[in-house]
Amino acid sequence: MYIYDEIDQRLVDERVAQFRDQMRRFLAGKLSEDEFRALRLRNGLYIQRYAPMLRVAVPYGLLSSKQLRMFARIARKYDRGYGHFSTRQNIQYNWPKLEEVPDILADLAAVQMHAIQTSGNCVRNITADHFAGVARDEIVDSFVWCEVLRQWSTFHPEFSYLPRKFKIAVNGAEHDRAAVQVHDIGLHARRDENGNVGFRVLVGGGLGRTPMIGHVIREFLPWPHLLTYLDAILRVYNRHGRRDNIFKARIKILVKERGADKFRDEVEAEWAHLKDGPATLIAEEIERIGQRFTRPTYLNLPATDADYEQKLATDQAFANWVKRNVHPHKVAGYAAVTLSLKKTGVPPGDATAAQMDAVADLADRYSFGELRVSHEQNLIFADVQQSDLQELWWAAKALGFATPNIGLLTNIISCPGGDFCSLANAKSIPIAEAIQHRFDDLDYLHDIGELDLNISGCMNACGHHHVGHIGILGVDKGGEEWYQIEVGGNQGNVRPGLPAALGKVIGPSFARAEVPDVIERLIECYLKYRESEVERFVDVVHRIGVEPFKESVYGNADQRAAHRSRQLAAH
Amino acid sequence: MATLIKERRIVADSWQLIKLGPDGGALPEIPAQGSIIVPLALWQYGRAQLLARKGQLGIWLDSHEDPATLAADLNHFALVAVNFPKFGDGRGYSTARLLRERYGWKGELRAIGEVVRDHLFFMAGCGFDAFLLREDQDPQEALTGFNDFSESYQTSVAQPQPLFRRRLAGAK
Repeated sequence: MYIYDEIDQRLVDERVAQFRDQMRRFLAGKLSEDEFRALRLRNGLYIQRYAPMLRVAVPYGLLSSKQLRMFARIARKYDRGYGHFSTRQNIQYNWPKLEEVPDILADLAAVQMHAIQTSGNCVRNITADHFAGVARDEIVDSFVWCEVLRQWSTFHPEFSYLPRKFKIAVNGAEHDRAAVQVHDIGLHARRDENGNVGFRVLVGGGLGRTPMIGHVIREFLPWPHLLTYLDAILRVYNRHGRRDNIFKARIKILVKERGADKFRDEVEAEWAHLKDGPATLIAEEIERIGQRFTRPTYLNLPATDADYEQKLATDQAFANWVKRNVHPHKVAGYAAVTLSLKKTGVPPGDATAAQMDAVADLADRYSFGELRVSHEQNLIFADVQQSDLQELWWAAKALGFATPNIGLLTNIISCPGGDFCSLANAKSIPIAEAIQHRFDDLDYLHDIGELDLNISGCMNACGHHHVGHIGILGVDKGGEEWYQIEVGGNQGNVRPGLPAALGKVIGPSFARAEVPDVIERLIECYLKYRESEVERFVDVVHRIGVEPFKESVYGNADQRAAHRSRQLAAH
Repeated sequence: MATLIKERRIVADSWQLIKLGPDGGALPEIPAQGSIIVPLALWQYGRAQLLARKGQLGIWLDSHEDPATLAADLNHFALVAVNFPKFGDGRGYSTARLLRERYGWKGELRAIGEVVRDHLFFMAGCGFDAFLLREDQDPQEALTGFNDFSESYQTSVAQPQPLFRRRLAGAK
């Protein structure tokens, strides 16, 4: 955890006071709906379908057990006893009362938390690879750099009213687990031949209605220049990004319209003025921030624990869970653990107050009192001793958080969808549930192997459907809910393999009840074509193309043509 | 009547803001006397006439207009204003920083248009020192807006050293 200093705390407290005053003026009729909207959004407060929704920041997904207990307390005191962990590593409450939100923010500030810039046209919560600090392929601890960026982006005087929202991801390891290619700015840490740290800078990626893969505009930006270079990018965007059309206002459209090379030239020209200025980072500051993070005090343990090996060999269910939900650690004798929030029948990412309290206790007991929220909407204990794994597994099972499905089809990423969100065209959660029910057989699930299935209730793509190996998008057809299906997307090297890719739509959309059948046909097609068990669904799509998958669902091209002409004739 | 805040105080405004007509309309007349703030288009069109008249001359840029076009002319003006046409249009913040930090404008830099209490802290950070409040704004309440936050992490015109450098200097 990064521990606030006096100034960090003061700024968060002042934010609470500022928002309390904005709420007062709004309720007194002194602030218009529109203006209050712009102000409340940058405190994470939406007015949703049934009630307000509050999105609380979990900066780069890292939180302490104390903070998690506060989330539980807020869920009980102000909401209906649960919260929803989102794909931006934040938590959302779906039932707060508008006028109580300043009190919620004050409670959060008491544990060094806030809802600053979790929405609105500003720089949002910086996201990171969720194994930062413990991954074996680590280059830098991305959390330190995320905190540098959190401070830089918090109340930035020049960039608080951008054309549109702005999402930055930092990946600190060899493998990209932060999806840097599909962010407005992606930063991938690297070392040059002398061991100096820098970042590969990607710009203009993103999901949403116009999904794009980001362009590399700098292969290696030495770390001292990080903030001045970001200032240059943001300035070009702030000045020239489109403001006439909300659907064309993201930086990806500017980069596309300008062309990546021209955009780079503009950034470089701007940077020439800012480079080596006072915002240039200094080693003392990186050290200062690094030292404000609490660090686990690891024990000196052997690389393998004989007792643990014995348990693995004798307890098949435990071994299954370890295979999917336990991840390697850079320190001998330790492991990282994913607590799956993807149990069949529970909306993906949801946790009750009681579960949060229980997880907080487990974190204290097994993982130095800290945990992480992953962008796959699960919780991660980063520092668990191998010898504790079985006990932790038992405890997680009792909570319903031990489904051994990380990386598998039922580890579905899903937005809250039409059950909650006023933007959604269609529901997401019932679709996720129907698919989880269909693939509830664990042996079959493991046989299918690694498969990311992502669901968004509308083209805003909060459920990251474009980068699911199978992506499902809710669409509105004449007032009815339909679902379009994509295959072949990939979020990057979250699990080693292909780089990021966007899925391709397989054809016309389906009614809700048809979706599980369609998924099953796609899976059967994959199983028919795969050359071995290590070849994953997405690998097969990339090897043989979309056509066989289309055929498996809609019939071959002749059958499809005949079907179309019958449909035309019927009209 | 809109209120003018200057140097954190409510002051009388002696300047006349010359607005542009609707799109494609003729340029406005140039008043014979008085202190005037003219739109960029009028300056580009009637430069000689504007320089020859008596009375102080100011200029205003709209949010899409590039401050670089004024870089060589700044010595002709007693005031530069930047328009905020919409509540959420943040281009003027960059315009202000460029005028101050790149083109060296030292005189009055005035925010006009949608200038509301909740923007003042950021506007001041970007180098504005005068604020023509939108008419519905409560001037006393607006004055408190400058104090929303007691610190900024970033560099700003008001505080060119970012917090991390000042922290370090304080620690030494």
